[in-house]
Amino acid sequence: MKAPVSWIREYVDLPAGVTTDELAARLTALGLKLEAIERPGDQITGPLVVGKVLTMEPEPQKNGKTINWCTVDVGAANGTGEPQGIVCGAHNFKPGDLVVTVLPGGVLPGNFEISARKTYGHVSAGMICSARELGLGEDHDGIIVLSEGAGAPGDSAFPLLGLDDEVIEFEINPDRAYALSLRGVAREAALAYGAPYRDPAERRLPEPNAGGYPVEIDDPAGCPVFVARLVTGFDPAAPSPDWMVRRITQAGMRPISLAVDVTNYVMLEIGRPIHGYDADRLQGPIRVRRAREGERMTTLDGAERTLSVEDLVVTDDSGIIGLGGVMGGETTEMSDTTTNILVEAAHWDATSMFRTGRRHKITSEAGKRNERGVDPVVTQAAADRVVELLTTYGGGTADPGVTVVGLPPEQPTITISYDLPARVTGMPIDAATTVANLEAVGCVLEKGDTTLTATTPPWRPDLTDPFDLVEEVARIVGYDQVPSVLPREATGRGLTREQRLRRRVGRTLAGAGCVEVISFPFVGDATFDALGLPADDELRHTVRLANPLSSEEPAYTTTLLPGLLKAAARNVGRGAPGVALFETGTVAFPADRGPAPIYGVDWRPSDDELAKLFEAIPDQPLHLAVVLAGERERGGWWGEGRDAGWADAVGLVRRLAAELGVETDVAAAQRMPWHPGRCAQVRLAGPGDGLAIGYAGELHPKVCQAFGLPPRSAALEIDLDALMRHARDVTPGPDFSAYPVAKEDVALVVDTEVTSADVESALREGAGDLLEAVRLFDVYTGEQLGAGKKSLAFALRFRAADRTLTEEETAAARDAAVALAAQRTGAVQRA
Amino acid sequence: MSGPNTDYDPVEVTPLKAEEVEAARDAALAAITAAADLAELKQVRIDHTGDRSPLALANREIGALPPQARKEAGQRIGQARGAVAKELGERQTVLEAEHEERMLVEETVDVTLPTDRVPAGARHPLTTGAELIADIFVAMGWEVAEGPVIEAEWLNFDALNLGPDHPARTMQDTFWTDPGTDHLVLRTHTSPVQARTMLSRTPPIYVVCPGRVFRTDEYDATHSPVFHQVEGLAIDEGITMAHLKGTLDHFATQMFGDGITTRFRPSYFPFTEPSAEVDLVCFVCRGVGEHDGAPCRTCRGEGWIEWGGCGVVNPRVLAACGVDAERYTGFAFGMGIDRTLMFRHGIEDLRELFEGDVRFTTAFGTEL
Ligand SMILES: [Zn+2]
Repeated sequence: MKAPVSWIREYVDLPAGVTTDELAARLTALGLKLEAIERPGDQITGPLVVGKVLTMEPEPQKNGKTINWCTVDVGAANGTGEPQGIVCGAHNFKPGDLVVTVLPGGVLPGNFEISARKTYGHVSAGMICSARELGLGEDHDGIIVLSEGAGAPGDSAFPLLGLDDEVIEFEINPDRAYALSLRGVAREAALAYGAPYRDPAERRLPEPNAGGYPVEIDDPAGCPVFVARLVTGFDPAAPSPDWMVRRITQAGMRPISLAVDVTNYVMLEIGRPIHGYDADRLQGPIRVRRAREGERMTTLDGAERTLSVEDLVVTDDSGIIGLGGVMGGETTEMSDTTTNILVEAAHWDATSMFRTGRRHKITSEAGKRNERGVDPVVTQAAADRVVELLTTYGGGTADPGVTVVGLPPEQPTITISYDLPARVTGMPIDAATTVANLEAVGCVLEKGDTTLTATTPPWRPDLTDPFDLVEEVARIVGYDQVPSVLPREATGRGLTREQRLRRRVGRTLAGAGCVEVISFPFVGDATFDALGLPADDELRHTVRLANPLSSEEPAYTTTLLPGLLKAAARNVGRGAPGVALFETGTVAFPADRGPAPIYGVDWRPSDDELAKLFEAIPDQPLHLAVVLAGERERGGWWGEGRDAGWADAVGLVRRLAAELGVETDVAAAQRMPWHPGRCAQVRLAGPGDGLAIGYAGELHPKVCQAFGLPPRSAALEIDLDALMRHARDVTPGPDFSAYPVAKEDVALVVDTEVTSADVESALREGAGDLLEAVRLFDVYTGEQLGAGKKSLAFALRFRAADRTLTEEETAAARDAAVALAAQRTGAVQRA
Repeated sequence: MSGPNTDYDPVEVTPLKAEEVEAARDAALAAITAAADLAELKQVRIDHTGDRSPLALANREIGALPPQARKEAGQRIGQARGAVAKELGERQTVLEAEHEERMLVEETVDVTLPTDRVPAGARHPLTTGAELIADIFVAMGWEVAEGPVIEAEWLNFDALNLGPDHPARTMQDTFWTDPGTDHLVLRTHTSPVQARTMLSRTPPIYVVCPGRVFRTDEYDATHSPVFHQVEGLAIDEGITMAHLKGTLDHFATQMFGDGITTRFRPSYFPFTEPSAEVDLVCFVCRGVGEHDGAPCRTCRGEGWIEWGGCGVVNPRVLAACGVDAERYTGFAFGMGIDRTLMFRHGIEDLRELFEGDVRFTTAFGTEL
């Protein structure tokens, strides 16, 4: 909402010396937030005066343009009183017109300095200005022509153009729709300074009578009040007065024609949107009703609209002539030949206005006000004001008929105890302050002993609840008066187990050299294709969005890998030799358990109802993914660097599981987007009972290619919730032996397909309790072993809790280990 | 060596003269002093104390002397050998020390060589920022509550007093799942977590709810369709706006430093009544509006920065969530974590947070 300060001052006697900055700050403190202050004259200096065009001679030029060589009377402003010679390229004026002239020495917006200069064979001593050149809008159709009698040649043009005025632009919250008018803004200004206020909607009104245009309301809930007034003999060519054009422009709207400007002006002034019909195009009585499903009409923007039963329409005998309160129809629109105008000022149901506007995607200044709630009491005043302005400036006659159908709804009452504002705000607000402030905002109070009952003012449909009154009282006292007090000490239980574990996961991965990434969780088929997922892959079964950011990514993701792969490629593309990224985030899987219910809000839903609600929400497990691409260890003076590979990915899972005290094992698996021969399925071991929680390994070469990543990039993705669920809560203190260790190395030849994990577990089991640790330290394949064979070298460490082991005991344990490995895996010990 | 000496003929043995023993001793001592390193000293030891050394040979001759001469000769030779052995030991110590020192010098490396074999990892500032905020509140005895990002429409809107016709519910503002009749949205704030908390617990409630939220905003330097919020909720007997102010002042000071407090401006949120916008004293110009002699860029000269929204929990919300509004009052607040970090760390472009460029993230390390 843009409010010219001079217009505000018209309704409120602000103390002398109040600056625009101060006013804006006070209003901001009351809840009308300052967006910007416009000072259009700020960028203009020097002589900007009214000029009267004495002569103009069109002079065609070689370049095809025609310029006008003009002499302009600028009074004594040029110091000589002689006419000023000025070249002008515009043609929308004639001798005798009053124009705005800037003389040499003046400066226009954009630091445009004006001097006498030679052009088109003349010395042009100044410029005749357009609105755009003065920073008054984008209108560049021609120069500004002032209305007759606007001023005398040589007068300063600043006040005529509002250049000495300032305009405050406010951000108006949805609950303060009354401030979408000067009437409302001025009321707040009066409140801010305790200054006298004159309500522009307060005027003497003609009595409603039966002689007006016939109107019937079928739906009084949708349209409680409808006022119709007729103006006849209007001159459609009559111009809007300068002051009206100026104010409409200052308020950010475009002047169009007197008839339209008047309706907009009154809307800005009083807040009530007005519609004007060409009365000669109306056929029979006006009737307001709900539309029938599928009815059609063409609104005055030329759009053909199909209506719904919720839309309110205005009809006459010809059919629908307007979408009530939202937009008029084409057939009865005012034109530049309209001489008889029917003025409609109606009060519309705000919810209905909002829904219709949304359904038909219509946003307008009128709709904005109607859907937020307009004062229902000022309908007749607004119509009367329109009639006054039309007849004053358009020469018409007000028809004596005054149609007023319906009554404004009764204002609600709210009862509060006097101390409620103090109890809610913590400010020492006494009963007298509560009373005074509520009366100041327009409430009519009925004062009891401990409670008061407020009848809210009609321009405040937002006031419905006791706490609404608290806010009114508090904002006038001033939010800066709210004391700063800490609540009593709460006794919380600290972070949850899961919150602590998540921090631990992040620190572990960062400690392992991985960098955390946060990406957008949206995904689409192209990405699934790039991941090489088969058509029926479960990851393609997504929660889809009705209005995605991009049609390419219409679903909530089921995997964190796409975001990470793209981020990795971005880093590599920006020159990173290697990158290790991780992300923890939720993914979503459709619940397919039916829609989520919508309950009432007057009381808490039952536990069963809530259970049903929670049930419908998609599963959203927390995942962890890591992508490792390119150099994992840098090369340097210490030796060669090393690129990331499958083992880094598997190693990270193991490291994380160990950190959380979760037993896991891995098994070869085939799962896109991983390399079929280099992918490990990660499973919970021990109490986790073999549950698969994810995959780790080298990415499939096609996937690396699709995402623009270096070959052999590796990745892992696991269900972090599952891992954390099995995290060890209390680690028992380890108990280890102080006796010496006995070491034995064994090299076992097995078939290539036999996994090291199987051999290791056989060794472990066979060695028995004396085994402290087993570690694979070499894998060898070669001609000596023969095709299809490999040699696995293990270091075994033995130790007893209570004694030094003898060579015989160690050897026996080793032999038992090898024997079981041989039995289980066909291993043969190498000599 | 205790083997028989075959090299000499006892008959030809001449008794040792005192001056010869002294000469041998002096020669040995001179050689010891002259030994420049441990290897030379080793040779000196062999030459002058070995089996073939003059003093060793002389010692062996003692047995061939007449008994009356043995004692004196034995004494003389013993003293000479003792002196040599002592000197050898001392020289050995000196040379060993010299050797060690030289070795250490020779092993000198260029300690300025790079050591960045494995690049450092880092956690995302949005993660560590949310943790920092959580820690501030946990230290006050609050708890951290969380909930799903794909949320029931009722919890995201209705329960929070955003009625069926609230503009925020349109597709212009909110991501809806398909079909819309499932009544699921990508949560537009973390307030549904507050609703969930009220629905599942009885007061007193003191929770903060950090998390990811979604709005159909443009993606530019200051807006993102995916961003992060922290909201707080306190429900207790006797809670007032003053407690809200106290809590936010404390939060601001912990987050931005001493002297950085808040101010309230009347505003409108369906969830709260009365409602307020929270501004923060600009921590760059400390509320002055000027910095380094020019209007402060961070606050655009206003001295205040818009931080978030807050207010007294609307009793309608308490009713929908089963809290006894006669007995309890509450306050709630919410602000963007992304925006808060942009202020705190001078991050110019919001998109930096979501690009995943490691150069950005590694700058923040593992804690904020
Ligand atoms: Zn500042």
